[in-house]
Amino acid sequence: MAKELLKGNVAIAEAAIRAGVQAYFGYPITPQTELLEHMSLRMPQLGRVFLQAESELAAINMVYGAASAGVRVMTSSSGPGFSLMQEGLSYIACSEVPVVLVDIMRGGPGLGNIQPTQADYNQLTKSAGHGDFRSIVLAPSTVQEAIDLTVLAFDLAEKYRTIVIVAGDGMIGQMMEPAELPAMHALRSARPDWALTGAKGRQKNVISSLRLNADNLEDVNKRLQAKINRIRAAEARYEQVLTDDAEILIVAFGTTARIAKTAIREARRQGIPAGLLRPITLFPFPNAPFKELSVGSQQAKGVKAILVVEMSAGQMVEDVQLAVQGRLPVRFYGRTGGAVPLPDEILDQILMLAHRMDEAPTSGESFAMAA
Amino acid sequence: MQEQWVEQTVYQRPESLSKNPTHYCPGCTHGLIHKLIGEVIDELAIRERTIAVAPVGCSVLLYNYFELDSAEAAHGRAPAMATGLKRVQPDKIVFTYQGDGDLASIGIAEIMWAAIRGENITTFFINNAIYGMTGGQMAPTSLPGQVTGSSPLGRDVEMTGMPIQMAEILAGLPGTTYAVRRSVHDIRTIKDAKKAIRTAFRVQMAGAGFSFIEFLSSCPTNWGLTPSRALDWIRQNMVPYYPLGDYKVADIVKELR
Amino acid sequence: MTRRSSLAKGRIVIDQEMCKGCELCTTTCPYDLIHLAEQYNAKGYRPATLVDPDGRCTGCTLCAMMCPDAVITVLRHVKSRAGSAPLAVAA
Repeated sequence: MAKELLKGNVAIAEAAIRAGVQAYFGYPITPQTELLEHMSLRMPQLGRVFLQAESELAAINMVYGAASAGVRVMTSSSGPGFSLMQEGLSYIACSEVPVVLVDIMRGGPGLGNIQPTQADYNQLTKSAGHGDFRSIVLAPSTVQEAIDLTVLAFDLAEKYRTIVIVAGDGMIGQMMEPAELPAMHALRSARPDWALTGAKGRQKNVISSLRLNADNLEDVNKRLQAKINRIRAAEARYEQVLTDDAEILIVAFGTTARIAKTAIREARRQGIPAGLLRPITLFPFPNAPFKELSVGSQQAKGVKAILVVEMSAGQMVEDVQLAVQGRLPVRFYGRTGGAVPLPDEILDQILMLAHRMDEAPTSGESFAMAA
Repeated sequence: MQEQWVEQTVYQRPESLSKNPTHYCPGCTHGLIHKLIGEVIDELAIRERTIAVAPVGCSVLLYNYFELDSAEAAHGRAPAMATGLKRVQPDKIVFTYQGDGDLASIGIAEIMWAAIRGENITTFFINNAIYGMTGGQMAPTSLPGQVTGSSPLGRDVEMTGMPIQMAEILAGLPGTTYAVRRSVHDIRTIKDAKKAIRTAFRVQMAGAGFSFIEFLSSCPTNWGLTPSRALDWIRQNMVPYYPLGDYKVADIVKELR
Repeated sequence: MTRRSSLAKGRIVIDQEMCKGCELCTTTCPYDLIHLAEQYNAKGYRPATLVDPDGRCTGCTLCAMMCPDAVITVLRHVKSRAGSAPLAVAA
C-alpha cells in the first residue's frame, strides 16, 4: 500500500477498519471528531455498525454490549468524554471483554480547551475507573505509529481480553502526515465461546461484573492481577534515541518526544550528550531500560540526570521516579493548558541541567515544576 | 373402546425460567413477571436466540433466573448495552428488564434515546414506585405523599416533582411503535400482561421498532404490606395515577395482531 | 357416563421447598382449597398445600397464574380413548 497524506484521526479510524472493527459507537468531541466522522461514512459502506450515541456514557455501554457479543468494537473521545466512560470501563474491565478506545487528549481540567495536552496520563494508566484494574495504553508520536498501534490495540485487546487505549494528544489527532495504511483484514465471523449470541446448543453465557460473594470477587481480582502482571512482563514497548553515550536522558512520549529530539540534536551540537527514552506503552510502563541505565558521575561516564518533559503538570514523571528508585536525579519540565513546549524551552532545561550537574551533582533531587 | 382417565399436565414452570429459586421477597411480582416472560419465550420458541439485559436493582440477578444468554448492565444503561448487543447481531431478540430507579431516574436518557432511535429491542419496565434493592427509597414513580426511606414525611411533590408516567412519554416518541401499561395485581390483568409481552416480542421479531411495556408491580417488603394487600394497593393507589391501557400501537403493530 | 365422584377433575403439585408462603395462590382458588402447611420448609416458610378431600379441584390453573415463583404444576384428569399415549404425570 502506498503512502498517503493522512490526518491522524482519519488514519486511526481507517486503521481500525482495516483491522476488522465491526462496530463503532462514539460522540462528537474536539479534538477527535474527525475519527467519528470517518467512521460514520465508512462503516455503513462496509455493512458494519456505526452509531453516534446520545453521550459518551451511553457510547461506552453500547461498546460494552457489542463487545459482549464477541465482535471487534471501539470508541473514541477526549478527556471530558473519557471521564464519562469510566464507570462503563470498570464494568468492561471486570467482565474481561476486549475493547479498544482512542483518547485524543485536550486541555483540562474541566471544559479546558481543545489544544493538545497529555494530562489524561494518570486517568488512562492508573484509574480508568473504580476498582483494581489497568488498561494497556499505547502512545503514538506519529500518524504512522498511530495506525500501527491501532491495529496492535485490537490484537492485544483480544489476546488479553482487556481494554486497550490508544492515547494521542490533540496534535496526533489533528496533524496530517504521509503514512501507509495496512491491507484490509477479513472480518472475523466466528465469535468467542464466551460471547452472548443466544444459548443455542450450549449452556447460557452470562457477562456480568457482579460478584456478591467476596471470595468470588477476590478470585476475579486475582485473575485480573495475574493478567496485568503478564502484560507488564510481555508488552512494554519503548524507543531509545542516542542513549548509548547520553549523560542527560530526556524521557518524553507522543508529540513531546518529537520536540525533544530537536532539542537533543541542538544540545549535542553544543557538546552535551543528551538522549531520549520514549515510552510507547504508557502502561505497562517500560521499567527495564531505567534499570539498565549506567549511572554516571564526576568520574564515570553514563547518565547523570534525567529530564522528564510532558504536556502536563507532571504525571509520567512519577513512573520514571518509581523506575529510577532515587539512583539518579529526576527533573521535570512541563507545559499545561494546551501550551506546547518549543524545542528551545527543552534545550534550556538540558543546558541548565548539564551545567548544574558539572557543579554539584546531587542524586534523588525532587523535581520542580517549571515556572 | 375402553375409556381411560389419564392425567395431563396443563400448566408447569416455563422452560425458559431456570430451576434456581429467586431471591425476591415472598409475593414480589418481579417473579410473576419473570414467569410470564418465560412462558411467552417458550411459546414463541425464541429462547435460543434471546438475550436478556439485566439492570441494577432488585432484578440485577435476572441472569440467574432465565436460561438465556444474559448481560448485566451498569445502572440505567441497559438500553445502551442492548443497543450494542442488538446492532451487531440484528437476528437476535434482545430485551432489557429494568426497575423504576434504573429506567426512569439514572437511565432516563438511555431509554428515551432507545425509543427515539426506534431501537429494535423490547423493554420491560417494572414500576413498583420504590427503590427496592437499596431498602425502600423514593423512586421517580413514587406517588404523591408516599412514605419511603427517603421521603419519610411522604413524597413532597413541591420539592421532588410529580411521579413520572413513562408509558405515555415513550409513546410520544417517533421510534416507539408499541408502548403500553399493564399490571399483574389480579388474574385479569395478568392475562392482559401476558398478551402484551407476546405482542412486544412479536414487534421485535418483525423488526417493527421499539416495544415497551410498563408493569405496575408490588413491593410488599418496602411498602410494609402483605403480598395480597400490596396487590390491592396497586389497584387502589397506583392504577388511578398510572392508568392501564395501550398508549401507542402503531399501524405496523396492528397488522401483526 | 357418570364421573366417578372420588376422582377430582384436576390437582396441583406445589414445590414445597421453593414456595415462599406468600399466600397469593390461596386468594385465587375459587374453592379455597389451598392453605399454608403447618410445617416449615428449609427456608423457614410455611409452603402452600392443596387440601382437597372432596376432589373439587378442576385444574383451572388460576393459582399457578398467580404464583410469583412458578412453583405450582397443574394437572387435569381427561378421558382419553384407549391407546392414545397418556402424558407422563409431572413429578
